[in-house]
Amino acid sequence: MIHSLFLINNAGDIFLEKHWKSVISRSVCDYFFEAQEKAMEPDNVPPVIRTPHHYLINIYRDKIFFVSVIQTEVPPLFVIEFLHRVAEMFQDYFGDCSEVAIKDNVVIVYELLEEMLDNGFPLATESNILKELIKPPTILRSMVNSITGSSNVGETLPTGQLSTVPWRRAGVKYTNNEAYFDVVEEIDAILDKSGTTVFAEIQGVIDACVKLSGMPDLTLSFMNPRLLDDVSFHPCVRFKRWESERVLSFIPPDGNFRLMSYHVNAQNLVAIPVYVRQNISFFESGSSGRLDITLGPKQTMGKTVECVVVTVHMPKVVLNANLTATQGNYTYDPVTKILVWDIGKLNQQKLPNLKGSLSLQSGAPKPEENPSLNIDLKIQQLAISGLKVNRLDMYGEKYKPFKGVKYVTKVFR
Amino acid sequence: MSSSSAFNDEKGGSSSVGEPEYGHDPASGGIFSSDYKRHDDLKEMLDSNKDSLKLEAMKRIVAMVARGKNASDLFPAVVKNVACKNIEVKKLVYVYLVRYAEEQQDLALLSISTFQRGLKDPNQLIRASALRVLSSIRVTIIVPIMMLAIKEAASDMSPYVRKTAAHAIPKLYSLDPEQKDQLIEVIEKLLADKTTLVAGSVVMAFEEVCPERIELIHKNYRKLCNLLIDVEEWGQVVIINMLTRYARTQFLNPNINESLLEEGGEKEFYASDDDEDDEEKKAEAAALAKRKPYVMDPDHRLLLRNTKPLLQSRNAAVVMAVAQLYFHLAPKAEVGVIAKALVRLLRSHSEVQYVVLQNVATMTIKRRGMFEPHLKSFYIRSTDPTQIKILKLEVLTNLASETNISTILREFQTYIKSMDKDFVAATIEAIGRCATNIGEVRDTCLNGLVQLLSNRDELVVAESVVVIKKLLQMQPEQHSEIIKHMAKLIDNIQVPMARASILWLIGEYCEHVPKIAPDVLRKMAKTFTNEEDIVKLQILNLAAKLYLTNSKQTKLLTQYVLNLAKYDQNYDIRDRARFIRQLIVPTDKSGALSKYAKKLFLALKPAPVLESPFKDRDHFQLGSLSHLLNTKAGGYQELPEWPDSAPDPSVRNVEVPEWSKCTSRKERKEKKVEKPFYSDSEGESGPTESADSESDSGSRSESDSEQTGSGSESEESVEESQSEEEEDEEEEKMKKKKKVDKSQPKKSESAESDQSSGEEQKKERKGVKQRRSGSESESEEESESESSESESGSEEDSESDTDTRKKKKTPASKPTAKDTKKESKKETKEISLLDLDDFAPTSSPQVTPVNNFLSSSLASDLEGLSLTDTVLAPTTIAPSASVRMYELLHRITGEGLGVEYCFNRQAFSPDPHMVAVQIHFTNNTSCETKNLHIEEPKLQSGMRIKEFPEIDMLPAGESVSVVMGIDFCDSTQAANFQLCTHTRKFFVSIQPPVGELMTPIFLTENEFKKEQGQLMGMNEISDKLTLGEKCQNDHSIIERVNATANLGRVPCGSDKDCSLPVPPPSSPPVSRFAGKTVSSGSLVLVTVARKEGGGAQLTVNCEKMVIGTMLMKDILHALMQ
Repeated sequence: MIHSLFLINNAGDIFLEKHWKSVISRSVCDYFFEAQEKAMEPDNVPPVIRTPHHYLINIYRDKIFFVSVIQTEVPPLFVIEFLHRVAEMFQDYFGDCSEVAIKDNVVIVYELLEEMLDNGFPLATESNILKELIKPPTILRSMVNSITGSSNVGETLPTGQLSTVPWRRAGVKYTNNEAYFDVVEEIDAILDKSGTTVFAEIQGVIDACVKLSGMPDLTLSFMNPRLLDDVSFHPCVRFKRWESERVLSFIPPDGNFRLMSYHVNAQNLVAIPVYVRQNISFFESGSSGRLDITLGPKQTMGKTVECVVVTVHMPKVVLNANLTATQGNYTYDPVTKILVWDIGKLNQQKLPNLKGSLSLQSGAPKPEENPSLNIDLKIQQLAISGLKVNRLDMYGEKYKPFKGVKYVTKVFR
Repeated sequence: MSSSSAFNDEKGGSSSVGEPEYGHDPASGGIFSSDYKRHDDLKEMLDSNKDSLKLEAMKRIVAMVARGKNASDLFPAVVKNVACKNIEVKKLVYVYLVRYAEEQQDLALLSISTFQRGLKDPNQLIRASALRVLSSIRVTIIVPIMMLAIKEAASDMSPYVRKTAAHAIPKLYSLDPEQKDQLIEVIEKLLADKTTLVAGSVVMAFEEVCPERIELIHKNYRKLCNLLIDVEEWGQVVIINMLTRYARTQFLNPNINESLLEEGGEKEFYASDDDEDDEEKKAEAAALAKRKPYVMDPDHRLLLRNTKPLLQSRNAAVVMAVAQLYFHLAPKAEVGVIAKALVRLLRSHSEVQYVVLQNVATMTIKRRGMFEPHLKSFYIRSTDPTQIKILKLEVLTNLASETNISTILREFQTYIKSMDKDFVAATIEAIGRCATNIGEVRDTCLNGLVQLLSNRDELVVAESVVVIKKLLQMQPEQHSEIIKHMAKLIDNIQVPMARASILWLIGEYCEHVPKIAPDVLRKMAKTFTNEEDIVKLQILNLAAKLYLTNSKQTKLLTQYVLNLAKYDQNYDIRDRARFIRQLIVPTDKSGALSKYAKKLFLALKPAPVLESPFKDRDHFQLGSLSHLLNTKAGGYQELPEWPDSAPDPSVRNVEVPEWSKCTSRKERKEKKVEKPFYSDSEGESGPTESADSESDSGSRSESDSEQTGSGSESEESVEESQSEEEEDEEEEKMKKKKKVDKSQPKKSESAESDQSSGEEQKKERKGVKQRRSGSESESEEESESESSESESGSEEDSESDTDTRKKKKTPASKPTAKDTKKESKKETKEISLLDLDDFAPTSSPQVTPVNNFLSSSLASDLEGLSLTDTVLAPTTIAPSASVRMYELLHRITGEGLGVEYCFNRQAFSPDPHMVAVQIHFTNNTSCETKNLHIEEPKLQSGMRIKEFPEIDMLPAGESVSVVMGIDFCDSTQAANFQLCTHTRKFFVSIQPPVGELMTPIFLTENEFKKEQGQLMGMNEISDKLTLGEKCQNDHSIIERVNATANLGRVPCGSDKDCSLPVPPPSSPPVSRFAGKTVSSGSLVLVTVARKEGGGAQLTVNCEKMVIGTMLMKDILHALMQ
């Protein structure tokens, strides 16, 4: 299966390599660089590259290319999914999955990779198991380690791998038993010029942070489970119960994990929380243009819209922008031609407005089309689909846990 | 710099020896000389006594390894520490060892003994990790040690160690492929493992070592299906992919009927026509009969059912694996479920999207309807990477149809304005494809494209030209305007491909633009030398065509162009010029060919087919690397085509050890005592015993589930999943039940679920039985069991006939059944004997084989209790008077020899697929007839005849009966043959009524309903009828149905109701009959539901629709009389 892994940064340096079978020379990455050059943008590097003797399957995440080398037939998604899992594990361990973090923790990275794959076949990919095998670095621990000379490799051997619930480690103990669930929904909508919805859907996830002692068996039920159109679960969720009763029954992993992700198919019901009035025009003569954008809240159910950011990909001919914002501030990057207007909280009374002129490259023909606007926003305490968690029950343990649910709606692209 | 300082912070401090080196990031290169020095101090640190120093050194070494620096010269120093007590040092040493052992084989051997010691450690995790490292060291010398270690670990107590052993198998195999045979043995052993932990790994080993040994899977197939949901994600992917291939070799194509329907359409039903002389139709009938109707193997269903929940997995690879499984294996109607899951994956990372879209593109070509509802999910976002956009475009184009083309085109229009030019070009091409595929929008598209010709972006124009060229080729006459427009464009467009396309168009349709064409040629001749090769070739082409059509104006121009080309740098162009000159300019030598020049150049060219690059990609297994690349990757296992006939399904049966059966039966019995069912035993014998048998089958299933769990650590999960499944099944059952018969009396749920889960077990048991009597020929065995069934059946019959008998027999048979069960705890062999003793006397006297519908209870008891059926001797039973005789040869035409035949409804023992035909010869002449035999059978293809042994002599006035077998291939076509005597030959034919093509089988009511549930839709025919005067009661209905068709009666609810304490008053009398066709074994289910006022509803469910229709007709006829 997976033969070797190379981590390559944006500059084209191979800063980590790991081989699970015989060593493959890093010159194999030349084929990757070739493809990368051809693709211009990192997004466009084909995930699967064929070379005379190998196949390179790569993902691009957090400005790092994870390039895996394989030799024989293997489902590409298998490898891609695994690489993403690796990246997530780095994120989990080091807080972020950057080149710096990986270089700083190269030994832990190596140990992790060693445990995650055996001979190229995934062995332990559950974070709970891995954390038992290899303790994540913390400031305190690294200090203690440096004094006592002890290590961040678990002294006790993990037993989770052997149990029937491989995702949960054994012997969990907390003084405060807590279970938090974040219902995060994302609206994904395409509006046309006049503001009518071309396409809209709601994507949701329930992220959980469960810190409960022992082996709790949780049951989470919804007020309106019928809303959910398509779901996918963490392996801990008992699918049969969902099928029959529409409740989530599971023995949770310890710590943070994504319990489920869902899709709400409510084409017409999706209420777009904001409206935009925009007017971007370019003058035929005089190599200039005008921009006028106004944002306003709409159907927010009494909640405030926060973190509003408007991003405009300007045409290539736009040299600079000279604008004034009534709220927040804007930046225009003349290289990438991206105009970012960070508004912040949306004010009901005083609608934020961005107005001003654009200077165009002189002599160039005026752009044929107006640029499209991307709007990011966030609404706390509201799940736009109306999904509500009904209750959480715990079986199997005696204590009373503290439970909490948080709803967030986001628009991020 | 921040990185290196952080590096320092983390690791520094503890040691003082290597301090100055720390700031030096190995990645930043360093000076080689200092490298050597550093290695020296690393060696020192490794030799020291302090673990912390060793650890520090190892960390630095590993960091070097990670950066790809060579650290091999440290090998001796590192390997010494393999036995270090500190776990982290040990681990890092392992990491180092695995990396460099291959290069330093001799030194690596030093470490082996440590691992060998580790293999015997009491801690399973240490054993596992020792095996892991040992097998990862690629040193050929230790192959025997590895082999031994793997073998030992494969039978380790701990499933985790066994899993590691499974992982080690491919490692050893890649090191030394000669070990294959031994490794396969280990794989075989591990495949039988019942824990979820091992399943994924061993299947992976199987796929790498011996994917061709599909037969190893048979015995483990059902187990793998059942464990699947609890296997870890990566294992699931591997197992699902393997099972897809397996299923392709073992089951029949579920869509075969549909493809047949598409071809045959209405013709299917012609067989019910009486018009049988039509030869053509006959031939077709034979062809149809040859193609077996489709019955989904229950194992096939099991696979589909157990994989479906995995579509909800969070792991994209699992979802994709299930999707491809459904695409390749599921009946068309069910494939749709995967669409939603795949669309969900489109919201994942772009790499995932890329792969999924590739697969969706392939799927949409074959099954467009599946993704049509999700059309909008494939709309393109401005933020998508170009490669994703192009794939989405591909999918959208594939999805375009008359109904949605307008929306798609509107969407395309916005895409054209995109700033991503590659994407715009792809969009234009997509529009072109939509235009060719959907005739209605061709003109609209063309107009749109023409508008694009005035676009400012050259790429857009060029692409449009290319596409327009392709479109115009389809109907050039109407579009000379467009051609003119394009001719003008040639001055502006610089993209070679577009220029070439325009030139080609003008050349091809120069007759439509007679004035412009020469002018274009003139312009091109001017710029010839500066053109790209592809354009030059087209200029030559244009010149040649014009010369042929309009030589007056263009002769000189052509000469000029040809001369230019003659001295071109490119040999292709020189070559072409020479060729064209010879062809079109008539000289003395080349007279013959130049006559045809016009035909050569101006031949009508077929319009190009714009088709998806994803066409025909589905011969690669979807989701595979090979599919993605559209070439075979190394190690790719071809997805086999469906077999024409299913291989023996019994190979998947798993033997159930007897001890478990016995013990569980005991338990079961104890449990059952409290059940109301049991205490009800005072009632009629039939139902009680059937309840009993239900409990039996239930107990079997229980024992089985226990067994799968026993000895494995994941016992709980296994059982849980099984019980869950049971629940599920039960639920389904309940639903079905409600549908079929609402007034069905409530039974205790447990009994019902037992029953349903017992079914599968029963099938398995049958398999067990078969294997046990493996020494005998199959046919023999079948005939025996058949006769035993008929015996018991007829017993039941006689029971109902005579009251006195019943009273005697019922108490007699009941206790024995109980007794035997008690005794079964000790001895199983005895039971069958006992049983027989009991049944034999009662069954021998009866002689009514016509109505041999089966007594459910007794038969099932027999089935449940008798483990060997060899004891039952085959009994031949003479046909009773009620059997209808058909004339084969009238005594006048036969010159005194009269021949009649009947279907005696006995199993034809030499071949179970044949219908037994009893032939009765009567010699009416005054002299004897000799040498009666059959000659020259003229049969429809597929039919077979087993002749009766020749009758040497038939004295005058005597008569004799013989039995012959005919395999009618489940069709009602006549079997023609010659009947010969010593003097004459007679052409005769035997044509079976449809009812004789089947043989009864025993089903319980639940089984019946389950089977019926699977034979809905096309396979179900139902009709209303008015019952004839003489058959208003159940008894006569049964009699008539049985007279018409050789079916077995299913003990049904209406029977049972009487024995229940509270018989529901409104239950309609329903009679059910079950059988299977003799030749192919397809199920035939008949239901007669009587209604108020002499009406009735007749339903026939049969996989063979033709048989079903004919049977329907016959039974209707019989019942209405």
